[in-house]
Amino acid sequence: MKLRIKFSKQGPVKFVGHLDIMRYFQKAMRRAGIDIKYSEGFSPHQIMSFAAPLGVGLTSNGEYMDIEVNTMEDCKTMVSQLNETMADGIQILECHMLDERAKNAMSLVAAADYTLTFREGKQPNDLKAFLNGLSDFMGQEHILITKKTKKGEREIDLKAFIYELSIHGETIFMKISAGSADNLKPELVMDAYYQWLGQTCPEFAFQIQREEVYGNTGDEEHRVLVPLGLIGESLE
Amino acid sequence: MRKLALSDEILLRIEKPARYIGGEVNMVKKDLSAVDIRFAMCFPDVYEIGMSHLGMQILYDMFNRREDIYCERIFSPWTDLDQIMREQQIPLFALESQDPIKKFDFIGITLQYEMCYTNILQVLDLGQIPLHWEDRTEEDPIIIGGGPCAYNPEPLAEFFDMFYIGEGETVYFELMDRYKENKKNGGSRRDFLEMASEIDGIYVPAFYDVFYHEDGTIESMKPNNPHAKEKVTKQLVVSMDEAYYIEKPVVPFIKVTQDRVVLEVMRGCIRGCRFCQAGNVYRPLREHSLEYLKEYASKLLKSTGHEEISLSSLSSSDYTHLEGIVNFLIDEFKDKGVNISLPSLRIDAFSLDVMSKVQDIRKSSLTFAPEAGSQRLRDVINKGLSEEIILKGAGEAFQGGWNRVKLYFMLGLPTETIEDMEGIAELSEKVAEVYYDIPKDQRNGKVQVVASSSFFVPKPFTPFQWARMCTKEEFLERAYIVKDKFKKMLNQKSLKYNYHEADLTVLEGVLARGDRKVSSLIEEVYKNGALYDSWSEHFKNDIWMKAFETCGLDADFYTVRERDLEEVFPWDFINAGVSKEFLKREWQNAIDAKVTPNCRERCSGCGAKNFEGGVCYETEN
Repeated sequence: MKLRIKFSKQGPVKFVGHLDIMRYFQKAMRRAGIDIKYSEGFSPHQIMSFAAPLGVGLTSNGEYMDIEVNTMEDCKTMVSQLNETMADGIQILECHMLDERAKNAMSLVAAADYTLTFREGKQPNDLKAFLNGLSDFMGQEHILITKKTKKGEREIDLKAFIYELSIHGETIFMKISAGSADNLKPELVMDAYYQWLGQTCPEFAFQIQREEVYGNTGDEEHRVLVPLGLIGESLE
Repeated sequence: MRKLALSDEILLRIEKPARYIGGEVNMVKKDLSAVDIRFAMCFPDVYEIGMSHLGMQILYDMFNRREDIYCERIFSPWTDLDQIMREQQIPLFALESQDPIKKFDFIGITLQYEMCYTNILQVLDLGQIPLHWEDRTEEDPIIIGGGPCAYNPEPLAEFFDMFYIGEGETVYFELMDRYKENKKNGGSRRDFLEMASEIDGIYVPAFYDVFYHEDGTIESMKPNNPHAKEKVTKQLVVSMDEAYYIEKPVVPFIKVTQDRVVLEVMRGCIRGCRFCQAGNVYRPLREHSLEYLKEYASKLLKSTGHEEISLSSLSSSDYTHLEGIVNFLIDEFKDKGVNISLPSLRIDAFSLDVMSKVQDIRKSSLTFAPEAGSQRLRDVINKGLSEEIILKGAGEAFQGGWNRVKLYFMLGLPTETIEDMEGIAELSEKVAEVYYDIPKDQRNGKVQVVASSSFFVPKPFTPFQWARMCTKEEFLERAYIVKDKFKKMLNQKSLKYNYHEADLTVLEGVLARGDRKVSSLIEEVYKNGALYDSWSEHFKNDIWMKAFETCGLDADFYTVRERDLEEVFPWDFINAGVSKEFLKREWQNAIDAKVTPNCRERCSGCGAKNFEGGVCYETEN
């Protein structure tokens, strides 16, 4: 049985990197006594894959992983079994049973929501003006950023990859392209804004939180972004 | 959400920030207002090393079972964070509460190897605690040391308020009760030290004076306080199944060196290898019952979720129920994706059969530790492993499909001759030849024999405590002799030889058999930037060499000097169980190349029977 599990990552565990989170969940499955499926071969490993790695320092309310189990009671029991053995800051939010033919989460990823807040002491002098300026920035026909690569400098247009950008109090919200094809990092959007302002983004300026990860059930032209937890769900 | 001691910005700047955040699965949380004693358990090396240490996990669990004590963990900050903490004057904190350690009642530092001594000073220094016991006030924590290097605590005597000699499970609670009692009575730090010095196994360096002969050797060491005992006797657990054992070890987020369940099957060793300190000071042998181990194996795998379990002891092949526990682990867990790792097993039909079940033969290698190249020298060190056994074991393994062998040796052993050194290459060659005796069509490619030698350091409480250690030049000369001999071997293309760092070995020798005067050396090198000396990328020999001069100390005095049988050693005030008479007898047997049988064959009267345990005691009673 294929399952998709959604979890959050908050507080100090944001400093635990992606590879270690994978190891963490392998051990968590054993502690919780989940009858997870193993691969064949001399050193079998658990059938488990993650939708999108989260960078060190980022928090999240919308992480996804897919697992396969041999047997299970039901999704509700699965969530509570796992939550009994979680470390502080990691919480299982949802569990969905997937159709056997469902694509894995990693291949579905098309977009993600992020919220950004300034870390203490990193705010610009005039925070209001800074935040208000974002709508003009977004209003441009092209959102250009100069990136340094091995072959020199290169200009990229981010416009097509930013689906939404808005302000909520002192929080910046953005819905941007994600996944293996066009993965946009929220930091890069802010770097572009600072560049546009003629300034440099201070190091570690933002506490960034991933809010949700989406798949696209439409096509390139007409995107229909659906949270990963709601794609490929088995109807049984 | 827990608040961290370090800012996000610092944590994002350094390597592996998860070393410093705590919050791991099974970390103990307590209400600070409900505890009387705050104890910080320190392993003075980086997190990944410290978290791999079983003893620390046992004591952490043991302390925290008491409601009135909160035991937290401290490790050495890595060099990147070390620098930031110094620049910004951030006090060192414990992982659980993230509180500065200077607020704590106790800091317990485990002494696992000599080359971590500068890291002890780092922990105290970053913790903003005075380095010398003499400078500490009523506000400062009590600094207590324990572990194998506490069997010669003298090089650290200036820095510790007390040492605990022996296994931690025994008298720690009594010490804590005395501390509470003293606090309740409004007693001073000194009052507590006096109370503590009356407890068996506790050594308070302040209460002893050392008198020296003109030549620098010790004339005598005497208590200067009526509460202090003449002899400090090591403490140990007699009945293993009744001792504390961890049920819920902390599970690190990051990959640590020992990323698995460690099942301690027994303590002590029956073998009596004359170079081995652990084999002497952990006497007598005490085993866990099979039923106990079965129960704990299941509990620990369940509480941690680890995917691997390993057995731990000095010589697992000597464990009475080895077959029972190994078969249980395979039957019970093999199909659940749990790896079973079996270190330090004697190579025989049983272990080869087991290994073929739990390992991928093509990927694993076979390990032998002959320790010396010739039978004569193996008799000198009392290593009961003959060439015949090694070649037979290797032959069976090769038939079973293995084609990689590791051989461990020591160089610079007492009485060592050129023949003994060359024997290392010859034995390696013989192992390779056993492989090529197998018909070609039945072989699994080429054989690879890797021989490694470390340099021998004489340790306190071993028959070799009187031995002269080699100089750096002598060590290297011996390594070259071995290397040259390897080049002359017929199958040299299948053989490989490595040898260890010699500079580090010399310092290890100084610290292992050092006296109180060595404290000044450790402080001097620390102040000049020595840190993480056991990490070759950080070890700076020139700092140490210069410090010998500055401190007016001579490394040779501690290493290459011939010691008289009647010399008073800095560690002689400790009763480690094995008697000095026994060690002297064994030193003489070594010189005569006379083998002493193991404890199960015959009792050799080492003295550890006084602890009312061990093979000899059990057969008598």
